[in-house]
Amino acid sequence: MSDLSQNSSSRGAVNSGSMPSMRALLTLLAVLLLAAVPFIVPSMQLLINLALAKGLAVLGVTVLLRAGQVSFGHALFFGISAYAGAFLTASLPGADIILVLIAGVLGAAISGLLVGLFVVRYRGIFFGMLNLAFSMIFWSILEKFYHITGGADGIRLTRPSVLGMALERDSFEAVVFYLSVVLMVGLGWFTLRWFASPVGQIFQTIKTNETRLEYLGLSPKRALLSGYLLSAMLCGVGGSLMAMTQGVVTPEYVWWVRSAEMVFIAVLGGAGSVRGAFIGALIYEIVRVYASAFAGDIWQLLLGSFLLVIILFAPGGIMGIVDGLMGRVSRKQHATAPEDAR
Amino acid sequence: MTALKKPDTARPPLLETRDLLIKFGGVTAANNVTMQIEAGKNLAIIGPNGAGKTTFLNICTGWLKPHKGKVFLEGKDITPLPPRKIVRRGVARAFQIPQLFTEHTALENLLISAAAREGLRNPLQNLHTISQRDEMMHLLDLVHCTDVADRVVVELSEGQRKLIDIAVALALKPRLLLMDEPTSGVASSQKHEVMEILVGALSEAGVTSVFVEHDMGIVERHADEVAVWNAGNVQLRGTPREILEHPDVIRDVIGEEVA
Amino acid sequence: MDLTIFLLALFDGISYAALVFIVALGLTLIFGVMRILNVAHGSLYAIGAYATVSLTGFLLSLGFAPVLSFPLMLISAVLVGVLLGGPIEWLLLRRIYDKPEVLQLLVTFAVFMILEDVQRLVWGTQPYFQASALQALGNVTVFGVTYTVYQLILLPIVAIGLLLGLRFFLRHTVIGKLILATTEDREAAQSIGIDADRVFLFTFVVGAVLAGLGGALASPTTSILPGMGADMIVLSFAVVATAGLGQIEGAAVTALLIGLGRSFAVYVWPEVAVLVPYLIMVLVLLVRPQGLFGTSVARKI
Repeated sequence: MSDLSQNSSSRGAVNSGSMPSMRALLTLLAVLLLAAVPFIVPSMQLLINLALAKGLAVLGVTVLLRAGQVSFGHALFFGISAYAGAFLTASLPGADIILVLIAGVLGAAISGLLVGLFVVRYRGIFFGMLNLAFSMIFWSILEKFYHITGGADGIRLTRPSVLGMALERDSFEAVVFYLSVVLMVGLGWFTLRWFASPVGQIFQTIKTNETRLEYLGLSPKRALLSGYLLSAMLCGVGGSLMAMTQGVVTPEYVWWVRSAEMVFIAVLGGAGSVRGAFIGALIYEIVRVYASAFAGDIWQLLLGSFLLVIILFAPGGIMGIVDGLMGRVSRKQHATAPEDAR
Repeated sequence: MTALKKPDTARPPLLETRDLLIKFGGVTAANNVTMQIEAGKNLAIIGPNGAGKTTFLNICTGWLKPHKGKVFLEGKDITPLPPRKIVRRGVARAFQIPQLFTEHTALENLLISAAAREGLRNPLQNLHTISQRDEMMHLLDLVHCTDVADRVVVELSEGQRKLIDIAVALALKPRLLLMDEPTSGVASSQKHEVMEILVGALSEAGVTSVFVEHDMGIVERHADEVAVWNAGNVQLRGTPREILEHPDVIRDVIGEEVA
Repeated sequence: MDLTIFLLALFDGISYAALVFIVALGLTLIFGVMRILNVAHGSLYAIGAYATVSLTGFLLSLGFAPVLSFPLMLISAVLVGVLLGGPIEWLLLRRIYDKPEVLQLLVTFAVFMILEDVQRLVWGTQPYFQASALQALGNVTVFGVTYTVYQLILLPIVAIGLLLGLRFFLRHTVIGKLILATTEDREAAQSIGIDADRVFLFTFVVGAVLAGLGGALASPTTSILPGMGADMIVLSFAVVATAGLGQIEGAAVTALLIGLGRSFAVYVWPEVAVLVPYLIMVLVLLVRPQGLFGTSVARKI
């Protein structure tokens, strides 16, 4: 992945001392701006919420890119979490929103562990394609066992309660929106810290040298599994939020196109960048809505072409371009303390 | 195996191999290698290319499984174990081609090694703030790489990478360190100095070492014992002086080095 | 299970295996030589099917005989290989041979996304059905079971013919030997004057033709609709991975195994029939991570 990763390794040398604070300030501004969306442009609230849900799932794919691996099937965990929430509200009407979220993430974690135990034996092509195969298997199950899953029409996820209160649609949407913002900040922060931690660093060495990893007394498979579980759970959080926002869950949640979309946004935002995952998701979702009017038929064609352009000409993605611009400024000042978190 | 055990109560050797046999295609890379490595010495392995020196290190660390024979660490059979489990029992390894995390800095490579040794699992602690940082800086100092501590491995010279590779192995605090041509990438003017430092560090930490070496000058000055490899087996074993003056060695090994 | 159903399942499995094998053959050939997994292979399969249906429909409407659909299949396959496979290798893959595996995978995946929409733009979302080739050959009755000659005899013969033909081609012709030499060691091949670029281009086109041919041959037996490319890439990957990437003969055995497993499941437990190929793959890979016929190589250190 060396070409996609110019900004994915934990380099400090290129970041100057003034960069972290500048970065933190911009991030804070962006989060405040997002939080203000329901007041400034209420018409965008739903759209932004979907983008945040996708962004969390993209973050899951991003985690794997840090280890040099790409999964074409991570919509599996997105969908499993969504269906787990839907089944929960079906059998327990008015379940609490947090309970729905936990059920979803738990479902994603368990399936992530089972699938992960199998796929961490592989890298590269096999890793990517086996993930795709698992998502296709689950998709077929959803379609075939329609008496349980509702088939192609899917099933409804009835509105969960919030702290014991049954909310009206508007208030519930506001709750989900702010929950998404909080989760974005919290999980984004956690993922950054995790990347910089010993476990996260060991996970990222999968990309460069598994022989050394083995000769440090560590299991490369277990190292990859740790990140795989995190990525599955992040996708699970995204899927659960998406399902609660839309109120219905369909097999489309696990369809390969959805997985491809996640990979696309991860590469667009900047392979390996946490902020890039959300920035990418926001840009993607906004462009998609406005482009669907005239480019609905050729949407995948546009995505594929754009993906080729990024890979061939701007492998760092959006964050790579931003870093390039900021790096040019900061390189004039001299580099000091390393900053691991990005 | 108990039947073969001699009745003496002496401690078993640190590392012992019995009748190791491995073939690649038609080539016998290890031909009934039976060898004992005693604790506290620096053993040099010399021999022509293709004699099976690296293969021996690969078998001892579990990377290759012998078709026949066994490896014992302090009397315990470690033959079926994967490398990581052998490493955890105190056998570290440095490589002919350095095996490093190329997108991490020199210091980070050592910090990851320390984290692996200590089993650090806190997902919220920054690798750079772990308490072993000073210890790792000291190790970097020991291999004269302090000035490149924050440089990414791909930017380092071959010689620096060799030294970092050894430092990463030392960071594990092993009992036994296996090295494959430790000075091969180091400038010839510095080879003795590097070995001096290395041997000093090993004895200070009480680490037994086995190193494959082509430079007879290095072997003569820094090894306590020498094993001569040929055609997949130990041909001779003795002190550096005995070995380097042996007519067969002069003909088969040193002759090749000169040529 | 009585004999009739057993034979039906057996025949279904054989004809299905023959089709999957032809597609998987192209996939594994490209991988074996170029070390690239072409995700767009599924799209080439689908386009091969669409092209055949369109061309056949057009000629039949002009009043030509249905037998003409056989040469049209070949023409469609070659068109897919040359017009799509050629440019994909020449314009895209050639730029990324020295890049990491994952990046190559992303590039072919991007091509897959593009081609999926191209199909929809050209042929729409309505299913197509064109069985004139199937009808032209009539039926055959074996032990009281009537089956189409096309599926029971023609498809297996084509599949076996391609397997033997490719084996002969690689081992006994000059171009085949050049391909094998390039596969073994690209740099060494170039140093003795082999034009590796041309070998790769040729290999990729042949692989793409096989994908197109698979689609062309499948077209009379199934309805052609969007999404068939996605299904086929995953299925043929399952065959190729179960056999061991790059194993040509192994792919034939595995295709048969997976084809029969699936067709018997259709009669025994229809809900899980589509899952059978993947279950077989997962089971095999659990026991043998390198595939049934693959060999594992320890990394040199």
